This record gives sequence, C-alpha cells and structure tokens, in this order.
Amino acid sequence: MKSPIRPFARPGDAVADPILEVRDIRVEYPTPEGPARAVDRVSFAIHPGEFLGIVGESGCGKSTLLFAITQLLTPPARLAGGAIVFKGQNLVQLAAGALRTIRWRDYSVVMQSAMNALNPVKTVAAQYADAMRAHGYADRAAIRARSREVLSLVGIDPVHLNSFPHQLSGGMRQRVMIAMALLLSPELIVMDEPTSALDVVAQRSLMVQIKALQKSLGFAVIFVTHDMSLVGHFSDRLAVMYAGVIVEIGPTRRIFQSPGHPYTQGLLESFPSVYGPKIPLKGIPGSPPNMVMLPTGCRFHPRCAKVMGRCSIDPPELYEAEDMAVRCFLREAAHVRCA
Amino acid sequence: MSAVREGESGGKTDQAGALLEALALTRHFRIGGLFGRTLHAVDDVDLTLSAREIVALVGESGSGKSTIARLFAMVFRPTSGDIRFRGRSLREIRSHRDILAYRGQVPMVFQDPFSSLNPVHTIGYALERGLKLHRPSLSRAEREAEAIRVLDAVGLSPGRRMLGRYPHELSGGQRQRVGFARALSCQPKVILADEPVSMLDVSIRIGLLNLMAQLCESEGLSFLYITHDIASARYVAHRVVVMYAGQVVESGPTEEVLHRPVHPYTRLLLSAVPDPRAELNVAATDLGEPPRVVEPGEGCRFRWRCPLAVSICAEVTPKLRPASPGHEGACHVTVGRGVSAP
Repeated sequence: MKSPIRPFARPGDAVADPILEVRDIRVEYPTPEGPARAVDRVSFAIHPGEFLGIVGESGCGKSTLLFAITQLLTPPARLAGGAIVFKGQNLVQLAAGALRTIRWRDYSVVMQSAMNALNPVKTVAAQYADAMRAHGYADRAAIRARSREVLSLVGIDPVHLNSFPHQLSGGMRQRVMIAMALLLSPELIVMDEPTSALDVVAQRSLMVQIKALQKSLGFAVIFVTHDMSLVGHFSDRLAVMYAGVIVEIGPTRRIFQSPGHPYTQGLLESFPSVYGPKIPLKGIPGSPPNMVMLPTGCRFHPRCAKVMGRCSIDPPELYEAEDMAVRCFLREAAHVRCA
Repeated sequence: MSAVREGESGGKTDQAGALLEALALTRHFRIGGLFGRTLHAVDDVDLTLSAREIVALVGESGSGKSTIARLFAMVFRPTSGDIRFRGRSLREIRSHRDILAYRGQVPMVFQDPFSSLNPVHTIGYALERGLKLHRPSLSRAEREAEAIRVLDAVGLSPGRRMLGRYPHELSGGQRQRVGFARALSCQPKVILADEPVSMLDVSIRIGLLNLMAQLCESEGLSFLYITHDIASARYVAHRVVVMYAGQVVESGPTEEVLHRPVHPYTRLLLSAVPDPRAELNVAATDLGEPPRVVEPGEGCRFRWRCPLAVSICAEVTPKLRPASPGHEGACHVTVGRGVSAP
C-alpha cells in the first residue's frame, strides 16, 4: 500500500501519535450504472487536540466519509477498502460489540440536525442517562451530576434537563447535542455541519463555544461543513474535498492565504465579504460531476480555470510541498523540488 | 435608480417611483392554547421598492421576512396596514383575473429548488403552464419561443435543449435558474426571491446573485431579495432592510448601513458574519436566542439581548427615525434626539 499522507508535524508541536489515521478508504454505493465511489482513497491523520475542518460542496462525499470513519455506514453504502485506525485499533475489523464500547466513550458524533437526532418523546435527562447506562454507569446520582455538569459546560441552565427537545430553541438543541457528545469525555468528537440550521449569530456563538471547550477539555475535532468561511478562524488544518477525493489539505491559515488548488481558489472567491471593496465575483462555472460518470483525469478539470492538456488524461496525485498537499499538476514541480 | 430617496420624514404616502410598497403592514397569527395567544409575525412595517431596485430584506429565522414575502404574494392577507402595487391597494384586487394578473407581475422564486419543480414534468411543461395561465394570448409556437427566450435569459442555454429535460437531470443551481425563468416568463415587474440561494452550494450561489443583478439591469426588474446572509445582501442589493422580531429595525442604502450601522442588532449581525478575511471578534457572548414574538407587548423587542438597553426601551417601542439621509434606525439610544451615533 502506498503510504498515506504524512502527519504534518509543525514546529512546537508535541510529537504525539495520531489519535486517528484514515488510510486509503473507499466507500461505494451500488447504482444501476455501476458502483458510485462516493469516497475514493481518502487518507489523513488527526492528532490529539487537533481541530480538522473538512469542507466541500454537497455530494462531494464529506458526510459519507464521516459516516465511514465513525462506522455508521448503512447499506447500500459499503466500505470497499482502507483502514481506520483509532488509538491503534483498526475500526474496520472490530466486531459490533467492541465498537459499541468504544463509540461515545472514546469518540462521539454530533449530527447535522439536532431535531432528528434527539428523541422527541424523552427529556434531555433521560437521553443522557440512556447513553451513560449503555456504558456501564449505574449510579443515578452520578448520572444526574454528570448531566448537569455537561449542560453547564455548553452554557445551558441545568433546569433544562427536564425539558423535551421541542421546548428548546434550535441553538439550544444543538448545544444539548454537543453536551451529550461530551458526556463520557471522548478524545475525538466528529461533527457533521452542527451549525448549518442556525442563524448567523447563534452559529458564531456555537463555534466560539466549541473552540473554547476543545481548548479546555483537549479533545480532537473533525468538523465537516460546506461553508469554508465558517471554519476559517477555528480549525488548525483544513481538508478540501471535491468529487470524493481530497484535493487539498494543509494548515487553515495557509490555505486561506495561498490556496494551492484551483478549486479552493474558486471557493474562496465565491463568497462575498461584508468588508473591504465590493468586487465582482465569478464563482465556479458548471456544477459538481455525477459520481457515476466521473470525468477522466482530474475530476475538477471541466470546471477549472487553469486546465492544461494532460488534466483530462492523467489523474493527479496529492503532491506534497512543505506542509501542504495539493492534488494538482501545477504543484508537481514544487513537490519534486521539495523531495 | 429613481428618486425614492426620502430624506427627512419617514415618507409614508405615495412617492413617485414606488412600485411596490407596504404601509404599516401587520400580520398576526392566532396560535393555539386555551387563551388563544397572538403571534406577531410582522408588525407595522413600511417598505418601499422602486423600479430597477434590489432591496434586501435581512433577518434571522422567525424575524418575519418570509411572512412579508407571502403578504406581497397575496398568500396571506394583512391583519392591518396595506400593500400598494403601482399606487393601487391590494385590497382592491378581488377578482380572480386581477389576482392572477398581479401574481404574474409580482411572482415569487422559492427557497428550495428541489421541491418547487414537479419531478414528473419537463422544464418545458413547467414554463408552458405558467405561460398559458398568465399570457393566454400567446399561440403555441409563441409560448415555446418565449420559454426558450427566458431560459436563455437566465443562462440555461441553449434554451431549446432544456425544454425536454426533467428536474432530476439538473443541478440545484440550474433548477433555481428555472425558478427564475418561470418568474420571468410572466413579464414581471418585481420578483420576490425568498432565500433563493441558501440551499445551493457556495460555488453556485454567486452565479445566481449575478443573475439577479443582471436581470435588474437588462430587464429592468426589481427584486425583493430575502436572505439571512448579509454579505450576499451587500453584494447585490441597493438598499438593505434589517428585520428583527417582525419589525424593521434599520434600513438604508447598503454601504451606509453596513459601514455605519445604527441599530445594535445590525451591529451584532455584522460581527457574527463568518469571514476569515476579517479579525475574529471573540466577544461572542450573545447566544443567538430567538426573539419573543408571541404577545411581545410594548417596548423594543431587542432589549433582552441589547448591550445598550436603558429603561425607556422596556416602555416605548422605538420608531424608525432618520440617522442620515435615507438611513433610518429604530433605537432609543443610538438614533434619536437628533443625535446619531458613529
């Protein structure tokens, strides 16, 4: 197997082993026209306490990737290959029982829509107690105490333990979900667009809170979003996905300052700003490809502003240069220079 | 743009060039429960839309912005207040034929391009139905030519090839363009665009915003652009109207409102816009809790969240007052007594 992307050790970082290593994973959905590969050979690593943002448009496979990592894929989606090594264990080979122990205790998930993820007929306290009992906590007082504690952490008055989901606002429900993910102090929390249903003010306040909790409690975060501007201030590293592959991965600040892939450049030029001069924007022409009939060569070439002859023939690799990796032939030279 | 730049007084009566205007528009909903409480979705809103103007109505969910669109589209009737289209009150529009004519001139483009097109019919059928209804004088061939023209106008070219396509063959952005084509086919004056880009991918959105600006230029259309995204409002709109809890809290020329916001809510909104190019304002202490719109009572509805609130805010509902020419804000502290804050 080809080695996955090297974990990027930054100066000043403690050289710790990655908490999660995703190697070459592939997820397929069967379709009448043959398998659609929603996630194709994606590899990355995340270190303890790191905040990794994964951005991409709808249909780029970011949610599928997330479901694959958390082993929550449901048929017809199928993990067609690769390894997901979490704290030294390959999750792909684990039995359901062993997975159940790890899940929520060592890693937890915050889903996109809190309204659908919370049980509407149970109080918050009952749902928290369920999760804790499933992991062997039996002492009711201790469960109650921990539930109060996590709710306070996210800035909700513990009286809401007795509330039903419908009695809470959208922002509060998302906070309740995040508190639930914190119940057993996991080392990794995977978040799938947890703020996309919220208004800007609630969204900003939730992001600030997630970041503050992450700093104080030290868990790692994988944060999936379609809105690149949202994670700009919060993530340490950023992975940009397009049509099932990672097209660019590197430190967030660097990607925003000098995006390497034409797709990332296009994305950054797609959202208007409330500050600075008003400039006409073009966006990216065309639309993302059909996953069953992918373009040959580079998957982005039909929409790319910098397309060259070979782009439609050979698929580019992820070329590493310094601390970035970019899937574009334009970066090949830099990669060779570095190597 | 026309001469609707009323400076001093709130300008409530007819102005030259006002195409669509809301006058003290109010819509309440009775909600259940033993005591039959009232939800104030829209309260006392004045809004003017001139020819060839894009006005952005900005606010969070529950602020009443979509209710305003539905009032303009005659889906709801106002509880009180009035809407005038080219000087004529909508209350006078009663016959089926007049309502149809009005809806053709003020069509709506919906938020969700996936559910607003019938999946079992082609794009051509969707356009033709609207044309049959709103422009019955056209012959079959003319209808087809018109359908092709509007498809080309929204950038779905060649339009002829699009006619036979089904919605599932199109991407979200293309479907939303069909939504605009459908609105355009009725020869509208004003298009009510209710969050037309919020369900689309980031890379597609800007294309539709550009389309709105271009239609405003080339076809002389006006838009009421309803959005929660103040950055996109800045990108296309000539004027911005900020709503909070069913009331207009600030309105004025876009750049003026964005650079010199007078209402604390507008300031909060602006500080919360995710923009990696700007510095992070870490003082994000506001949790973004939704406002109370059920039996709100007297007083400023933002006072619970307002850092500047004083005692009068709980007693008197602030009215819109001019802060600078064309720029109004409804705040006791920042606008009023002739003092306008920076």
